[in-house]
Amino acid sequence: MTDNGGQTVRKLWTPFNVIVGIILAVGGVLTLMRFTQGIGAVTNLDNNNPWGVWIGFDLLCGVALAAGGYVTSAACYIFGLKRYHSAVRPAILTAFLGYALVVLALHYDVGRPWRLPYPIFVSQGTSSLLFEVGLCVFLYLTVLFIEFTPAAFEWLGLKKIRAVVVKLTLILTIFGVVLSTLHQSSLGALFMIAPSKLHPLWYSNYLPVYFFISSMFAGMSMVIFESTLAHRYLSRHMDDTHHRQAFGVAMGFAKAAAFVMVGYLSVKLVGIAIDGHWQYLTTGWGMWYLVEVIGCVALPAVLFAMGVREKNLKFVRWAAAWTVFGIVLNRLNISMIAFNYHLPSDQRYFPSIMEIGTSVFIVTLGIVIYRFVTTRMPVLHEHPDYPAH
Amino acid sequence: MNTLFFTLHDFMVHTKGVTYLIMGGILVALPLFWWFLTERDDEN
Amino acid sequence: MGISRRKFIGCLGALALGQAAGVPGTAKGAAGKEFSGWPDSLGVLHDITKCIGCRQCESACHRVNNLPAPETAFDDLSVLDQKRRTDADVFTVVNRFDSDRPVFVKTQCNHCLEPACASACFVKAFEKTPEGAVVYDESLCVGCRYCMVACPFNIPAYEYHKALDPRVTKCTLCHPLLKEGKRPGCVDACPAGALISGKRDELIAYAWQRIQTFPERYVSHVYGEHEMGGTSWLYLSGQPFSRMGMREDLGTKSAPELTAGPLSAVPIVVGLWPVLLTGVYAISKRKEKIAAQEKQAAVEQAVVQSRKQAQDQLETLRKKWEQEKQSAINFEVKKALEEAAAKDPEPSQTKEDE
Ligand code: SF4
Ligand code: SF4
Repeated sequence: MTDNGGQTVRKLWTPFNVIVGIILAVGGVLTLMRFTQGIGAVTNLDNNNPWGVWIGFDLLCGVALAAGGYVTSAACYIFGLKRYHSAVRPAILTAFLGYALVVLALHYDVGRPWRLPYPIFVSQGTSSLLFEVGLCVFLYLTVLFIEFTPAAFEWLGLKKIRAVVVKLTLILTIFGVVLSTLHQSSLGALFMIAPSKLHPLWYSNYLPVYFFISSMFAGMSMVIFESTLAHRYLSRHMDDTHHRQAFGVAMGFAKAAAFVMVGYLSVKLVGIAIDGHWQYLTTGWGMWYLVEVIGCVALPAVLFAMGVREKNLKFVRWAAAWTVFGIVLNRLNISMIAFNYHLPSDQRYFPSIMEIGTSVFIVTLGIVIYRFVTTRMPVLHEHPDYPAH
Repeated sequence: MNTLFFTLHDFMVHTKGVTYLIMGGILVALPLFWWFLTERDDEN
Repeated sequence: MGISRRKFIGCLGALALGQAAGVPGTAKGAAGKEFSGWPDSLGVLHDITKCIGCRQCESACHRVNNLPAPETAFDDLSVLDQKRRTDADVFTVVNRFDSDRPVFVKTQCNHCLEPACASACFVKAFEKTPEGAVVYDESLCVGCRYCMVACPFNIPAYEYHKALDPRVTKCTLCHPLLKEGKRPGCVDACPAGALISGKRDELIAYAWQRIQTFPERYVSHVYGEHEMGGTSWLYLSGQPFSRMGMREDLGTKSAPELTAGPLSAVPIVVGLWPVLLTGVYAISKRKEKIAAQEKQAAVEQAVVQSRKQAQDQLETLRKKWEQEKQSAINFEVKKALEEAAAKDPEPSQTKEDE
């Protein structure tokens, strides 16, 4: 850290730093407004639309896109696919940061954030799916934190305690998968309590299944997408192993994602058939539904497949970005766009610029921390003293 | 355990509460049993 | 407590008619368990055909609940020109719907038998009391607003402009008054007899009796009897409820029934996922081990083979070498003999002779 201190001073006014600085400053102002004047001062939320982008994007998309953590560590440690090893650490770090930011975003969204531990420690509303989500997110955040500590311990040179944590890898991974299965699906099940508010094309008894399956390919696509960015901007922090394995990781995940996506499309189809909702497909909402399902799941799946067949990394990377976009669209549809579809348009919700600004602020915060950590701790490379375990 | 419930909601709060406790137990018991099961496996 | 404001007669007759004979609003739980709500809980019947839109109930509600006075006074009926909903400091509103003649409908929390808000709340801030009211405990609420998402009638409101202690607000059915044996404020204030409070079971019977007696006055539907598992507020109307913004497509499934499925899947995942995953892990590890063993065996065999090969080679080499050596010796001997013979043939012969 100390040796590039001089560098940091010289490079302070880079475009990246300036933009980030502005966003963080604006975020600070918005934070101040939120906590002095209330949620109503910064958001367009109202009594009919109690959940907006802070839930739809920050919580739902955040959790779905942080699924790379459990997918990658399961592939490596449970399914024994050792070639994913170099991808595990960055994926765990992203997942941890993702969940931490989700929790941070919740502090903005809920009315009395200091009571967030209440559901777990004070009054357990066990009949609520939100209780389930809260409990699992809390536990999973802890698991991710422990899973990430070896990198920090290596950085700090704490060998003994690192060895203890590494021994727990398998059990932590299994816990991680169990907890992820639960809260990923429960996020979908949150909306099952409101069949009268969510458009029938999106409402289904399979909502939890849809959310879980889509979280898998969301996680894989996010790993590919993120590694694309990391290769571009943080390449000098990667070691040979990482570079060597990156292509295989991308291809492997592309293949898996494409196939899971086809499975997802199959259950979506089954869902429509079982509820007999074919007639909605020809309506305006049906078109929008098809844009989401065909346009942002089926097509990227084909692109993934082409990328895998041709061994074309470019195709795979584009398909990953496209899939990530599709996941965001799906979560926004369920939480905001197709939610309250029956209300007249003047009562519908559209986020305020300040709400979006807060979300941008939180994402930026994530990127800054990711950069801080990866440029210092052994994440994108192995620590010379601790070769692959 | 003979609590009388008049609403499904109260019943569910109670039964799910018990279930969550059981789940915690399961998560502790399973790894321990696995350890018991495989402890004497020879290393090769 | 009985039915107020209207003398209540013919309850038994209506029951005999059988239309209300089924258990009102039954919620089925897991394993076919059935719950029919608190016995003798109270409710209110709103006869929409009798409502005159005077807003006395709104005024009474504000008074009883100490709510801040609204911008427009309660006797100003011009507010009826727009559609309103409940708000942070407005627990009940009357809306006008125009058809051949104006129809007024009062809206407030329906005090569901199986409240969606209570089912959704992750800190148990809502409670369905034995008296029938669904009450909210401010001291637990986190402010996640999932209750508002869940409520099928869009009733709970939020104090969005409070920075430190925002609350969810909604009608309380005047729970404190009910416990004292009194009637809710709005019911007490209604000058037109459009609101009747009493035991829910009896109200349902009474409502059906009204429908039977005046079939041309009412549609044959008691709103709230089965909607979302049944509500403590019940409605009678002269025209389809959907025409007055009351959704008739809510279904009869209560909120806890809607979430029972995913909730019961949770423990199954906890029970079986670790077993399955450990299995996968064990298999992959075993495969790895077998692969390693095979590799080792192959290496060993290769070593043995190569060693044998090397030995064979060595052998042939040695043989060859020996042969060569032999022939070289032979040759040398022969040469020496020949040389010797050439030099002096005699001695050799002599030697041989010896
Ligand atoms: S009407 Fe809404 S707020 Fe009232 S009890 Fe039912 S779910 Fe709760
Ligand atoms: S806003 Fe309050 S009352 Fe409503 S679900 Fe959340 S914690 Fe419960």
